[in-house]
Amino acid sequence: MASLKELKNRIASVKATQKITKAMQMVAAAKLRRAQEAAIAARPYARRLGLVVANLAGAMAGRDDAPRLLAGTGRDDVHLLVVCTAERGLCGGFNSSIVRLAREHIASLLAAGKTVKILTVGKKGADALKREHGERIIDRIELRGVKSVGFDIAVDLGKRIVELYDAGEFDVCTLFYSEFKSVIQQIPTAKQLLPVKVDAPAAASETDYEFEPDEAEILETLLPRYISVTLFSALLENAAGEMGAKMSAMDNATRNAGEMIDRLSITYNRTRQAKITTELVEIISGAEAL
Amino acid sequence: MATFKFELVSPERLILSVDADQVDLPGSEGDFGVLAGHAPFLTTLKTGIVTVKAGGLSSRIYVRGGFADVNAAGLSVLAEKAVPESEFDPAVAASELAIAETVLAEARTEEAKDQAIAALDEVKTAVAALA
Repeated sequence: MASLKELKNRIASVKATQKITKAMQMVAAAKLRRAQEAAIAARPYARRLGLVVANLAGAMAGRDDAPRLLAGTGRDDVHLLVVCTAERGLCGGFNSSIVRLAREHIASLLAAGKTVKILTVGKKGADALKREHGERIIDRIELRGVKSVGFDIAVDLGKRIVELYDAGEFDVCTLFYSEFKSVIQQIPTAKQLLPVKVDAPAAASETDYEFEPDEAEILETLLPRYISVTLFSALLENAAGEMGAKMSAMDNATRNAGEMIDRLSITYNRTRQAKITTELVEIISGAEAL
Repeated sequence: MATFKFELVSPERLILSVDADQVDLPGSEGDFGVLAGHAPFLTTLKTGIVTVKAGGLSSRIYVRGGFADVNAAGLSVLAEKAVPESEFDPAVAASELAIAETVLAEARTEEAKDQAIAALDEVKTAVAALA
């Protein structure tokens, strides 16, 4: 049985931990609100751009002069996986679920005899993948010190990927991130980034558009932007998801710490009582003996 | 006068959503105006100023790297950067000029250089118009 002093120390340390997790939860909640607003504010642009690209791509389908970003390289040998994770841990299974999805994907690609290259965004993904697939990581981008995800980051990243693509470094690019469903639910998602895959245009898009300059040229400028926007929304969803996951993880931790304190307090009180009783019995029996 | 729905969005947020009488845009093949009932039209925009006339009021917005989509639902402009005239201060102008200059400095081929010079001129014209 632990001594009273030990128990007391233990309770104090758990209390200190609880204070920290509580504070982290509150910070995450505040950041979550901001991240969520940013993710929602970015949606109209992404949706509209998606519609326009789908329209144009529909018009271009099957034509020889379709841009390479849309038509692909005609091969399917080298895959680039862009794995977006958070910069920090302590957010439950958030990072590991993205990494797990990426790992499964890598395994199936390797089994099919493809070459795999990895580009990580965020420190945690690189850390988790480097042991098993270290030699496949061609670059790691860290967002440390980035306060809020700006569009320029996504533009730079998009440029990098398009340059690699133009240089023939890979044939297919897949993006891994976590879709923000709600505060307690984030779904790890794989999305094909290159060649650009668009949903079939809606029936309403049958209107005869006039294009200026022509379709091919518009697509030429639009596709890189579409890639940047896709990356941007993935990064925003990730930021919101990370904060959501952190919030619920820290909420759990705070609750667990609370339970532990209750349990320890009961043990402490029982031990104290037992000690007093023993002392009393000793005194009484001592007095009787006289 | 008939109005139509005009929306201006940047990647970060929806900047403007109004019922407009007329919108003048700097198309890459020449400036053009949109009134209600315009034919479906899709074009890229050069850096410049979008003028929105709504309910007798006219406002100007600086736009970079965008394109315009006119369809039955209205006009939507998607711009990489959009700053209303009221928020367009010298700091914004300086950063816009700096961006155009870095693009020019990084241009390798003659073609890219020509494009960058044209882009820089567009920014200068727009800044001068808003100053």
